Amino acid sequence: MIDDDRHLDGNAIGGLLQVLFGREMTHELGCCGNCGAVNPLGATVVYVDAPGSVIRCPACGSVLLVAVALPTGVRVSIESLRWIDLAEIGA
Amino acid sequence: MERTAVRGRLSWLLADVVELIPETPRVKSIRLRVPGWTGHLPGQHVDLRLTAEDGYQAQRSYSIANPPEGENVTITVELVDNGEVSSYVHEELRVGDRIELRGPIGGYFVWEPARGGPLQLVGGGSGLVPLMAMARSLGGAAVPARMLVSARTQEDLIYRQELSRLPTEIPDLRVDYTLTRSQPDGWKGYARRVDRAMLGETTFDSGQNPQIFVCGPTGFVESVATILRELGHPPERIRTERFGPTGG
Repeated sequence: MIDDDRHLDGNAIGGLLQVLFGREMTHELGCCGNCGAVNPLGATVVYVDAPGSVIRCPACGSVLLVAVALPTGVRVSIESLRWIDLAEIGA
Repeated sequence: MERTAVRGRLSWLLADVVELIPETPRVKSIRLRVPGWTGHLPGQHVDLRLTAEDGYQAQRSYSIANPPEGENVTITVELVDNGEVSSYVHEELRVGDRIELRGPIGGYFVWEPARGGPLQLVGGGSGLVPLMAMARSLGGAAVPARMLVSARTQEDLIYRQELSRLPTEIPDLRVDYTLTRSQPDGWKGYARRVDRAMLGETTFDSGQNPQIFVCGPTGFVESVATILRELGHPPERIRTERFGPTGG
């Protein structure tokens, strides 16, 4: 469990996720590759006071995704995010 | 309507400042008109972007305070010490100015009357903002709703007049208050931090299976959500949104 008052949640990066995926993502489910916990992206643990944003699993704290601002844009690293569900979309 | 509100590409829009409303000494509401706005759902937010003359940009997220009403978007901004966006909004922004925003953003922490009830809202400090958009959208929806509002002092309580009026206009809405730091003479609400006994007395019990929305500072949200789970509410019925000190 993550126990500090610094973190926010996935709602705080809803704009970034929407830019990345071209659609609203905070209500979509994501699975942690470390512990297997499945949560809506809006319920993840997010640190925005790092250089960029760090998105962690609310169950085990593993880093799921990192987004760092570059002079030219943003770099997104996918860490232990095993999968995300996109509702109502054909594969 | 929901599709237009939660789907689609996100681009920066220019918004006109229509009205500035002081809510408390440190909190202001900004009424905006946003040409091209596609509508929003209660609980969604916008990203606000300021650009300095040298090109430096600062961006912050603010919850939308008003229910869906055409191109009108109202945000409520708390002044954060050394906050570069909130201090600009409080000290520089004038009616007639234009600011950049993008939205609506979010689909997890949202509610609209079509989703039914009972609706349980628990807000701390400026965490009240997205919950107010939900409460303001209740109208004649006949959804049983309760709201527990926590503020430090009566002076810090945003939307105070409207909150006291809302339950008379919406009979299905009940509002309870706690003031954690100081209370005026004759105060009839609670006078402590939100705890298990208070939540037990003021909120729908788990048997009524309410949809619960908790918003406030991180410590407040975590503590309330933990107690609600202990009171038997399933985790998936408890939706949370945290406001942080980095929100400046």
